[in-house]
Amino acid sequence: MKFKVSEENNVSTVFLNGEIDMDIADNVRDVIFPLIDAGKEVHLNLKDVQYMDSSGISVIVESNQRAKQKNTKVELKELSQPVEKVLAMAKKFL
Amino acid sequence: MSNQQSDLINISEKKDFLVRSSSLKDVRTFSREVFEKLELNQELKDELVLAIAEAAQNIVKHAYKDFPETDDRMVVQISCNNNKLEIAFFDNGKPVEKEKIKHRAIDDIKPGGLGTFFIQEIMDSIVFKEGNKPWINNLVLTKKL
Repeated sequence: MKFKVSEENNVSTVFLNGEIDMDIADNVRDVIFPLIDAGKEVHLNLKDVQYMDSSGISVIVESNQRAKQKNTKVELKELSQPVEKVLAMAKKFL
Repeated sequence: MSNQQSDLINISEKKDFLVRSSSLKDVRTFSREVFEKLELNQELKDELVLAIAEAAQNIVKHAYKDFPETDDRMVVQISCNNNKLEIAFFDNGKPVEKEKIKHRAIDDIKPGGLGTFFIQEIMDSIVFKEGNKPWINNLVLTKKL
């Protein structure tokens, strides 16, 4: 699976789409982590994500932790309704 | 929003899947098809599909942790009787150590821990049944609809 990435100044926006599960999570890490490691501020656009489970949440948590270590940040943009719901549930846990 | 459902049809459907992460999409598709027949509201359907997918993921990730290339299959059975939903999972992976089934500490977020939390949030009960041969593990999730 390929994800579109746009660049503007020091911000990389990753447009995720489809269903983010355990099978896809490593693909997502492979896109996001190199951007963080390069010191980019990473925005995750999630408007076209129709399903996300705990694996997707883990990618977001790990990305945040990695960004802190690299003195940059990860922001979530344009959450789809399914993503918003699963994030709300995860916040009770986090 | 209430998840209260009007009287639902009685149904029992099962399907087997290769125990691989690539099967999780098929598990979700099967679950959605069954819930379409039950005419559940969308919010409830989404929650139940998530719970089922997380349980199936736990089989792939934990019961078959040391066998990522297995050809074993797992069975998912979705039954609804008198508005009580029962979702059963059968696999022949490593026996589940029930005392280890819990979500993890805040600073150690991993899919398994959060996934189990999601299942607990969505379902009414989580039971590991024993002696259901030839299966090693038999997880049963229930929810009153």
